[in-house]
Amino acid sequence: MSPVRRRGPGRIGVRAVQLGVPVALLAIWYLATTRWGVSRILLPNPVAVAQALGHVLATGEFVADLRVTLTELAIAFAISATSGIAVGYLVSRTSFRIRAFEPLLAAIYSVPLILFLPIYVLWFGLGPPSKIALGATISFFPVVLATVAGFGNVDRMMVTAARSMGASDLQLFRFVLLPAAFPVIIAGARLGFTVALLSIIGSETLASLAGLGHKIVELSEGMEMPRMFAYIAFVVAIAAILNIAVSRLEAWGRRP
Amino acid sequence: MTAATAPRRLAARPFAARLLVIAILLVIWEIAARWFVDPLFLAPPSKVALGIGSVFATKGVPAAVGVTLLEVSAAFAIAVAAGLAVGLTLGLNDFSRRSFMPMVLLLYGLPQITILPLFVLYFGIGPASKIAFGVTHGTFPIIVTVVAGVQNIKPILLVSARAMGAGPWQTFRHVIFPHMIPSFFTGMRLGMTGVLLGVLLAELYVSTAGIGYFTTLFTQNFDPTRLLGLVGTLAAMAIVLNAMVRRLEVRFARWRDPRG
Repeated sequence: MSPVRRRGPGRIGVRAVQLGVPVALLAIWYLATTRWGVSRILLPNPVAVAQALGHVLATGEFVADLRVTLTELAIAFAISATSGIAVGYLVSRTSFRIRAFEPLLAAIYSVPLILFLPIYVLWFGLGPPSKIALGATISFFPVVLATVAGFGNVDRMMVTAARSMGASDLQLFRFVLLPAAFPVIIAGARLGFTVALLSIIGSETLASLAGLGHKIVELSEGMEMPRMFAYIAFVVAIAAILNIAVSRLEAWGRRP
Repeated sequence: MTAATAPRRLAARPFAARLLVIAILLVIWEIAARWFVDPLFLAPPSKVALGIGSVFATKGVPAAVGVTLLEVSAAFAIAVAAGLAVGLTLGLNDFSRRSFMPMVLLLYGLPQITILPLFVLYFGIGPASKIAFGVTHGTFPIIVTVVAGVQNIKPILLVSARAMGAGPWQTFRHVIFPHMIPSFFTGMRLGMTGVLLGVLLAELYVSTAGIGYFTTLFTQNFDPTRLLGLVGTLAAMAIVLNAMVRRLEVRFARWRDPRG
């Protein structure tokens, strides 16, 4: 709470803490497995995990599961992005439709839609289609809500001005509506992508035959702890890379 | 007024239009389920609605819903307490905020679903693993919003409070706390969403007593009537819980809204 900020030493202290805490956690992890007798089945040795990760990366055994997960993600996001933007545009066209349907979409968005996974498994089976359907359903809502917000909040003055200068429908869309709504829509699309990734890995974890989420469960049931931890680290890294990539894309798309 | 204009006037109200669309979707669903889709996979909505009684008459279902609600309440209580404690610690101290906030945001961004099998391994297949997974999903949004709420206080308010002789406790009670309340309730709403997600994920992963057990059972028995009835009831509960927290949020945000 002190309003005085000592820039120099404070910054070094912050860096020291940020470096020290992970190092300390790693040391505790190592000591817990080697000295303090924590069961290998509950917590594998970090060195063993690092070796397992190296092995997984070197042999390329992750490729098949990664391909399944990324294919599901690509199809699900393609479906939710196109349908979300199309439905969102149609809803945003009149303020009446926005008032009628936006609360409905928002209410459904507040439901944890993962609940519908058993129904989707019943309909589409244990394979990729049920993951694609669930990922598309869950990520549809952030996209559609952002599209409604984007097109719905365009300054009326701009629209009236463009109209009075004789803009056609197409010109109005191309030069007024789209540029105004684009940053909001792309933010919604990025959120939708993240949500689709999470729901696909999640539904693979809960009920599936292949994919990265399935692999982690398989290893956990086989009690192959070092390999399981290695796969967790791998999936976390993949998710981080994808999220950074879409954030970059979003920033690139928002530039004026 | 002729009969033809009455529905048109009704459709001019947004609420009525919303109901109309829901009704049309229900009718399509009813027709599809009655005549076009295999009854092993889809039950018509009329049958689902009438079957809700039979869902709750199934031995163990009321207890399972009770177990799940208990898991959600326990996880939410722990998440709020932990999120508030950590959020205040980080938000009120510049050094700890700059040191730990990047770590909190990093952890918040991780796909926690990857470590769900570990929760089951460490906490067992009973309610404890569901509560723990709900807590880790619910705590982070609360921490982030509490820190943001404390950060938004204008420094001049803190300085003038101190200039007028307020001690640390008085500053907290009369300046920091009232400013934190609106964002705290936003955090509670996001935390509730996270807790519901975490508990339900863990329930669906493995469950011996909660609702996850029965969704699996109804799926494997090709019993869409009871499956849709149970899922629909849970979805309705989620909407109600969210609406309750949202109402609290609006109520507590009201004081500083006008010309704030």
